[in-house]
Amino acid sequence: MQVAAATRTGLLATSAFRRTSGSMSVRAGGIVVGALVLVALAAPLVAPADPFRIAGDALTPPSTAHPFGTDDLGRDVLAGVLHGALNSLKVGLAGALSAALFGIGIGGLAAMCGGLADDLLMRVTEFVQAMPRFFLVVTIVSLFGGHLWLIVLVIALTAWPDTARVFRAQVQSILGRDFVVAARAAGCSERRILWRHVLPLTIAVVGAHASYQAGNAILSEAALSFLGLGDPTVMSWGTLLGSAQFMVREGWWVSLFPGIAITLTVLGCNLLADGLVTESPEDV
Amino acid sequence: MTHATSAARWLMRRALFAVLVVAGVTTLTFVLIHLAPGDPIYLLAGDGGNASYYDSMRAKYGLDRTIAEQFVRYVRAVLSGDFGYSFMYQQPVIGVVLEHLPATMLLGGTSLLFSVILGFGAAVLCAIWRSRWLDAAVRGVSSVAYSAPVYWTGQVFILIAAVKLGVLPSGGMSTARESLEGIAYVVDLLWHVLLPAFTLSLPLAAVIVRVSRASMMETLGEPHVRAAVARGLGRSRLILRHVAWNASIPVVALVGQHAGQLLAGAALTEALFGWPGVGHLVLHAGAHRDYPLVTAAFIFISASVVFFNVVTDAATSWLDPRIRLT
Repeated sequence: MQVAAATRTGLLATSAFRRTSGSMSVRAGGIVVGALVLVALAAPLVAPADPFRIAGDALTPPSTAHPFGTDDLGRDVLAGVLHGALNSLKVGLAGALSAALFGIGIGGLAAMCGGLADDLLMRVTEFVQAMPRFFLVVTIVSLFGGHLWLIVLVIALTAWPDTARVFRAQVQSILGRDFVVAARAAGCSERRILWRHVLPLTIAVVGAHASYQAGNAILSEAALSFLGLGDPTVMSWGTLLGSAQFMVREGWWVSLFPGIAITLTVLGCNLLADGLVTESPEDV
Repeated sequence: MTHATSAARWLMRRALFAVLVVAGVTTLTFVLIHLAPGDPIYLLAGDGGNASYYDSMRAKYGLDRTIAEQFVRYVRAVLSGDFGYSFMYQQPVIGVVLEHLPATMLLGGTSLLFSVILGFGAAVLCAIWRSRWLDAAVRGVSSVAYSAPVYWTGQVFILIAAVKLGVLPSGGMSTARESLEGIAYVVDLLWHVLLPAFTLSLPLAAVIVRVSRASMMETLGEPHVRAAVARGLGRSRLILRHVAWNASIPVVALVGQHAGQLLAGAALTEALFGWPGVGHLVLHAGAHRDYPLVTAAFIFISASVVFFNVVTDAATSWLDPRIRLT
């Protein structure tokens, strides 16, 4: 029994992996997200100096000394974009992880408990979905101050309902299938069914949602920074775009490069998510 | 059960949920504001007073009471239509919000129109021409349009249309130096709304093109469409007559849901283009700690979200009776 269950999960995992790696969308998304991770990790090595440091004359166009030019205070835009990648990586990872955890916890609890608890949890989920979520984030951050981890937490606290609903639906449909009934009849505990039979089948969908949530978290944090509500100690692509809006006329490069960086990153996350959804096992 | 009574029950349940959402958002905002660091008395009474002055001012504004008492007072006032007094504008909150509403409605309405024309139009063209290149181009552009933040695409459009070409204004709602009247004023207004509305319309247009394309592909396989093909109906007439209509239902749903979000969702675009709308107003109110304005704006925004959701569900069910109201 134990061996059989282990092979089953193993097989499912590999076949799911083979299917996902074949998809164009997943590949393209994976490459972009992978590139972001590399750039982010390399940022302290490539541009070791403080990105807030004045590195040259104000508003110089792209040159060999400053490939992305300098902003109105003479700060190097390339250094800003590189350090912004590190910040976005943190926000994306932490935001996606915490939103997935909240979503899986609440969606899973609703599906496993059923009945009144299910109803209650789903009403709470719908309630959070019906709130003006981005504005709630903006208001909380402007009231309590823009600390990076507070921003990530608030974003995750408003983003989990989408994951919760999809995860609940997935778990419910798996729980009704023959192999789960068979496992129950063979005397499997609920916990074992959950870990061995249910969770492995939800990986693709949870991964897709996490990837989508990562892009969303990066966009939200950048929007807050654009509005001047972000963490003032951290270099964010949003901060760069926030200052760039007042110098579109004099220095297009201050706007162009951070904008491309954020669009590419979010595009990568979304492509990865799209690919994972279409490639997830359809019979689940 | 007859259709009419089940629809009435559905409406009752949705209305109840809507009231709960608005009440919940109001409570949450109220509690958050009171938990926030800082004492609003310095905003109301200024700096540099002594303790007894602040005590008397607290008593005047009712800030010496417990949070629960203040909350009950606030809810009573709101229920009688009194949303309080804006610190920032020194006038009743309701007037301030209503003053900013037309600008948001103009921007939001225009952008919804652009979204539908761009998104649905591209999907219909894809279905009629069946070109792999067009398909790939539409898919690529919509992916980028969906991922790019509006406060950046807006800057790119300002750079191109306002700075390089000099054909459109880069911000604001009217030309400040001229006092235009009548038809000239309307033209000036429309001239100013083009760029922000186009910017705001792109993410929704990207979703619309995806959804309506998928829906058209599905409809193309249905028996009545295949029968029409067998009768020898031309491709474009087939798409326009039989396929596009069916695909418009999910578009109605998308546009309806989005319309409710616009009051708040246009904030970033409004901030970039200096557009004097509700979203911009709330951002300012939050930054200046204008608590009555923030709370009231939240009530309006959440009410608009749930209202449009109910209307959208009813409209889609009416357009396609197969969609049940549950």
